[in-house]
Amino acid sequence: MSILPPSQKIWWKEPIHGIEMMWIIIALIWCLVLFAWMPYWHVYGKQNLSNESYKTAPEVFEGKANAMAKAHTVRTDPKSNIPVVHPPAGSDVYMLGRLWQWWPILELEKDKTYRLHLSSLDWQHGFSLQPTNINLQILPGYETVVTITPDQSGEFAVVCNEFCGVGHHTMLGKIYVK
Amino acid sequence: MAANMFRQCPDSGLFFHKSAESLMKAHAVFGVVYLLLGGFLGLLVALTRMPSLHILNAEDFYLALSIHGTAILIFWIIFFEMAVLYFASSTLLRSRPATPGIGWVGFLLMVIGSTLVMVAFFRGNSSVMFTSYVPMPAEPIFYLGLILFAVGALIGCFIFLATLVVAKQEKTYDGSIPLVTFGALTATIIAIFTIASGAVILIPTWLWSLGFISHIDPLMYRTVWWALGHSSQQINVAAHVSIWYAIAAIIFGAKPMSEKVSRTAFLLYILFLQLASAHHILADPGVSSTWKVFNTSYAMYLAVLASMVHGLTVPGCIEVAQRKKGFNNGLFEWLKKAPWANPVFSAMFISLIIFGFIGGITGVVMGTEQINLIIHNTIFVPGHFHATVAVGTTMAFMAITYFLIPVLFRRQLIWPNACKWQPYLFGGGMLILSLFLLGAGTLGVPRRHWDINFSDAALQFQFAGTAITMMGIAGLGGFLAAMGGALFCLIAVGSLVFGKRLDPGASLFSSFGFPMAASCYNIERPGKLGLAPVEQTGDGGIQAKGTFVLALVFLAAFVVYFFINAKYLSSIWPMG
Repeated sequence: MSILPPSQKIWWKEPIHGIEMMWIIIALIWCLVLFAWMPYWHVYGKQNLSNESYKTAPEVFEGKANAMAKAHTVRTDPKSNIPVVHPPAGSDVYMLGRLWQWWPILELEKDKTYRLHLSSLDWQHGFSLQPTNINLQILPGYETVVTITPDQSGEFAVVCNEFCGVGHHTMLGKIYVK
Repeated sequence: MAANMFRQCPDSGLFFHKSAESLMKAHAVFGVVYLLLGGFLGLLVALTRMPSLHILNAEDFYLALSIHGTAILIFWIIFFEMAVLYFASSTLLRSRPATPGIGWVGFLLMVIGSTLVMVAFFRGNSSVMFTSYVPMPAEPIFYLGLILFAVGALIGCFIFLATLVVAKQEKTYDGSIPLVTFGALTATIIAIFTIASGAVILIPTWLWSLGFISHIDPLMYRTVWWALGHSSQQINVAAHVSIWYAIAAIIFGAKPMSEKVSRTAFLLYILFLQLASAHHILADPGVSSTWKVFNTSYAMYLAVLASMVHGLTVPGCIEVAQRKKGFNNGLFEWLKKAPWANPVFSAMFISLIIFGFIGGITGVVMGTEQINLIIHNTIFVPGHFHATVAVGTTMAFMAITYFLIPVLFRRQLIWPNACKWQPYLFGGGMLILSLFLLGAGTLGVPRRHWDINFSDAALQFQFAGTAITMMGIAGLGGFLAAMGGALFCLIAVGSLVFGKRLDPGASLFSSFGFPMAASCYNIERPGKLGLAPVEQTGDGGIQAKGTFVLALVFLAAFVVYFFINAKYLSSIWPMG
């Protein structure tokens, strides 16, 4: 009875059921596999989390994003008035989150590798690239650098998936891959 | 001191101390009040996220979601857990509770704190969700309320510990504390760590909201806050696993398969979850992969192992008990012949199965460092925790409530037929909700989002039709679950008010500590709690074969689901 003191005073010397022991061994092996998979994927997997990030300040990050947009804007999205930027293949590209937009719109080339810099100018935001489904937490004061290689062409949306106030659901960005 | 303060429940044989009993009732009743409030707002949230209904406007939706999360995850659960602590210490050990007066101070602090938080919410300027991530500000009374609530809960934890000391000194029991009390002790130790973490982050955040501190680092906030947010869910696990064991003992007279294994598994919870906040910052900048991989797993996932052990030993001890009663045919006669119409059992068993199969598996999968990339902040996450908290914890609490209404409150349950199917309605609804939120999340649908059709956005995006359909079905599941939850609250409150009194002549309804009829309390001090009876036949021959088969099915589901997600991960853009 689990609601009474153990029937044996020296309960820690009782034998363990056969199937209990077998299950503990099986479960422990699976737990070790679960752990080993993570370092394995760091070596052999192609999708890993970035370990590159810097402390930054909103003005500094905004300056870098502005400089990139100034140099490489190819057109302006007519409805949102957000510039569409086509940076050189393989370069450092910037996207900033603020209440409530992702800025600017990026135009990338398929199968080229970019260093994508992400940060927030105000509150916390969630970078959720759809429909490929990549999700990153974006914090103010921290600059995340992700090395990404778009391997599909098309139009991708950046949904904000960290709640950021009453306009949260209107915060949508774009990445075009050609 | 010599006053008669104990009564014995004629049905269960349990001894209740007057002051512990009043404290239990007050905490449980307040818990149910928050379940009712949080559940109602959960219904509004579910119906708003159903794309075809979308009933609330954006502002009300974010308000409702903030209250839903806080009222359920913090207030309902912790109020009820305090009742469980008094039960597991004073009642199970036949001891007077230590310092009941201070217990009331703790209770009052919890009431005042939770009320302040609700006031902050309803004033409209604190829709910051349960997580209140800085630098999004809430009103100062929001943080103050949480701090007061936490202090109250901390007082309850220390009274639990002090009661164990009293019981030990006054020799109210023989041998070691029962397994259920041991599980509650685990929950208490985790709770103290958790509440301390909460204080470490919420006190500075409160000072920040008042303007005394200029900046709270958002990553530091997330790291420390989740030592509160995640570990508090581990309090729930320890508490509801203890309740599973308690119900197995109450309904079946089940004895733990081995005390050593079950107690060690509880101990693993304490030892291996302390930096579990790492699970919540897997997709964050500023923390290295090495740190994340190590602190989510400690290289061995021993907290997961602990849950897998309980997942075997709880149904395993039921199986052994049932087989001894003669339900010994085949693999599953013991399960078929279980009392499925008794809500104490059915709610507990649904809690166990869905917690393990859905909550457990999805929790580990999304807590894997790289797989988190395709899951972080999608609606997969609420899909996971509705299986763990709404089914695992809440249904375990519902199960024990069905037991406590007659035993503690001395009232007969009203609507016996509704009691029979309430667990299936709530559990079934939550199962649908969980599964379809998990599905929609896998397709990228964000959590905490008012409009996944983006009708007010300057840019456009359309989620897959399947994702929208899944959100619709999930809403339906949420509706069914809300009906099940409402039915539970009606039964619980209705039984307290209108249920037939079980002790004739006694004025028994006293949820706020008014003295009960003195005639109930005719025992000065109950006899010493003896050791559990030694099994006559010995159970060496009886093996829990059916449970082992279920466990293997569970493992197969776990392995398959893990590698499906790994495969999915390999299909997204290469990145590093």
